[in-house]
Amino acid sequence: MILLDRVTKTYNTRGSALERVSLHVEPKEFVIIVGQSGAGKSTLFKLLTREEKPTSGKIIVGGMDYDKLRDKDIPLLRRKIGVVFQDFKLLSDRTVSENVAFALEIAGLPTAEIKHTVPKVLDVVNLKSKENNYPRELSGGERQRVAIARAIVRQPKILIADEPTGNLDPKHAFDVIKVLEKINQFGTTVLLTTHNQEIVNYLKRRVVTIKDGKIISDRAVGKYKL
Amino acid sequence: MSLKKKTRAKTNPKMKQDHKFITLERIFKNGFVNFGRNIWLAIAAMAMMGITLTILLFAVVANATFSHTITDITSHIDVSVYLKDNVTNKQRNDLINNLKSIDNIQAVAYISKDQALKNYRGQNLNNKELLAAISETDNPLPASLVISPKDPNKLASIKDYLDKPAVKSLQSDPTSYSGDRKAAIDKIAKATHFFRQAGIIGIIVFIFISMLIIFNTIRMTIFNRRDELVIMRLLGATPGYIRGPFVVETMLYGVVAAIVSLVICGGLFAVASSTLQASSLGLLDIKYSGDYFKKNLWLILTTQILAGIIIGALSSTIAARRYLRLR
Repeated sequence: MILLDRVTKTYNTRGSALERVSLHVEPKEFVIIVGQSGAGKSTLFKLLTREEKPTSGKIIVGGMDYDKLRDKDIPLLRRKIGVVFQDFKLLSDRTVSENVAFALEIAGLPTAEIKHTVPKVLDVVNLKSKENNYPRELSGGERQRVAIARAIVRQPKILIADEPTGNLDPKHAFDVIKVLEKINQFGTTVLLTTHNQEIVNYLKRRVVTIKDGKIISDRAVGKYKL
Repeated sequence: MSLKKKTRAKTNPKMKQDHKFITLERIFKNGFVNFGRNIWLAIAAMAMMGITLTILLFAVVANATFSHTITDITSHIDVSVYLKDNVTNKQRNDLINNLKSIDNIQAVAYISKDQALKNYRGQNLNNKELLAAISETDNPLPASLVISPKDPNKLASIKDYLDKPAVKSLQSDPTSYSGDRKAAIDKIAKATHFFRQAGIIGIIVFIFISMLIIFNTIRMTIFNRRDELVIMRLLGATPGYIRGPFVVETMLYGVVAAIVSLVICGGLFAVASSTLQASSLGLLDIKYSGDYFKKNLWLILTTQILAGIIIGALSSTIAARRYLRLR
């Protein structure tokens, strides 16, 4: 599903953000990426969403070879990958259901279909009752679940979540993690980065550890270690 | 999720068909929504555009009025030949026939002494002293031939003929060529030419200023909404879908500015023609301007709106390309 082959990303000033990183993720896998700030996790995600181009190396996601991607294919690529961010990135002047609908509007789906789909997805993240609330009226955990709903509403094969629990207290963090597990059970490949040791130990999934731009360990059922 | 997949599969073929149309509809809808949200920023841009379009409109109307004035005056240029009282009918008819054979002459009209007196009385109805003075004596006014030339700029051939001694001997007074009027017309034509050029330069300058202001408006809007734009980009919105609403929004500026400018101009013409009693202000025949404006209202409205839309679309397209860096 995701294949990185000796990917290096160098920014002008500092050294390499990523150095010859190779990673293979199978369909329906749940992979946790662990690493300290500045280790290269965010760069890795930006490469996957094509916000950045690798300096060298090959990236193939869902059968799409990034080398062969034209500029006009990038929006289509992004529609196939669900993304969740630490800071939620919700639109503050839209309600919960409008925020979720936003992703479908961009994809050009008919309004009737959007109205039909959005409540179902809100149900998946247990937010049906809040569909007409604005993000400011929700707790952090609820906001992040809205963001997840928005990410999965187009039924992507891959969901990448960049520190989705970074701003949340433990209880809400686990709510979010449980939703991610549920989505993974539906068959979506999930890529999650986190700092949180408890979450890693709770999930008992494959753990990839990055340090200084290199993968230093990759375990099938990993424990948090740095 | 499985249920969702089913419904999606059902609507998919139709979705592909409607996709373009839905996207366009949403771009327009978002443009309208943004226009509403942004109204205070938009007002500055619309005011500037309104001024530009008003100047454009005034230039067009003034141009039409000047042209009309020139045609009007030119058509009144003629050559008057005053005949001695002792000229016989035959001499007169010979003269008329000879004149008619000259190339540049469109028409020759004969005005008899009686007719001349009638005209004179008609022109001076209010001046009782003049009327009294003229009725006391015998009719002092000469009979005359009024020659309308085809081209008032080429009077030489007519003049040559009238200056022949044989012809000259029939005339009581020197020929009147409206010569001073021609000089005035030349001046008007020159002034019109100047105004036209100044108008074109003025319009270009104002279009440039409005475009700069729209540029800045769009830049500020993009800055205000950068979070939303980043999110749109990350969710896979195409550059067209992101830029489109900005272009729609500024096209709306153009439409609003055009209508406002037209209402202001219409009001000004209405007030001007009623307070100035449709009088001529020197070269500018206000009544004609007002009539021209009324007669061509729809054409002017369409042109204004089109100009507004073009200015708006052009500047926002450039601004969005310049400031909305989309990767």
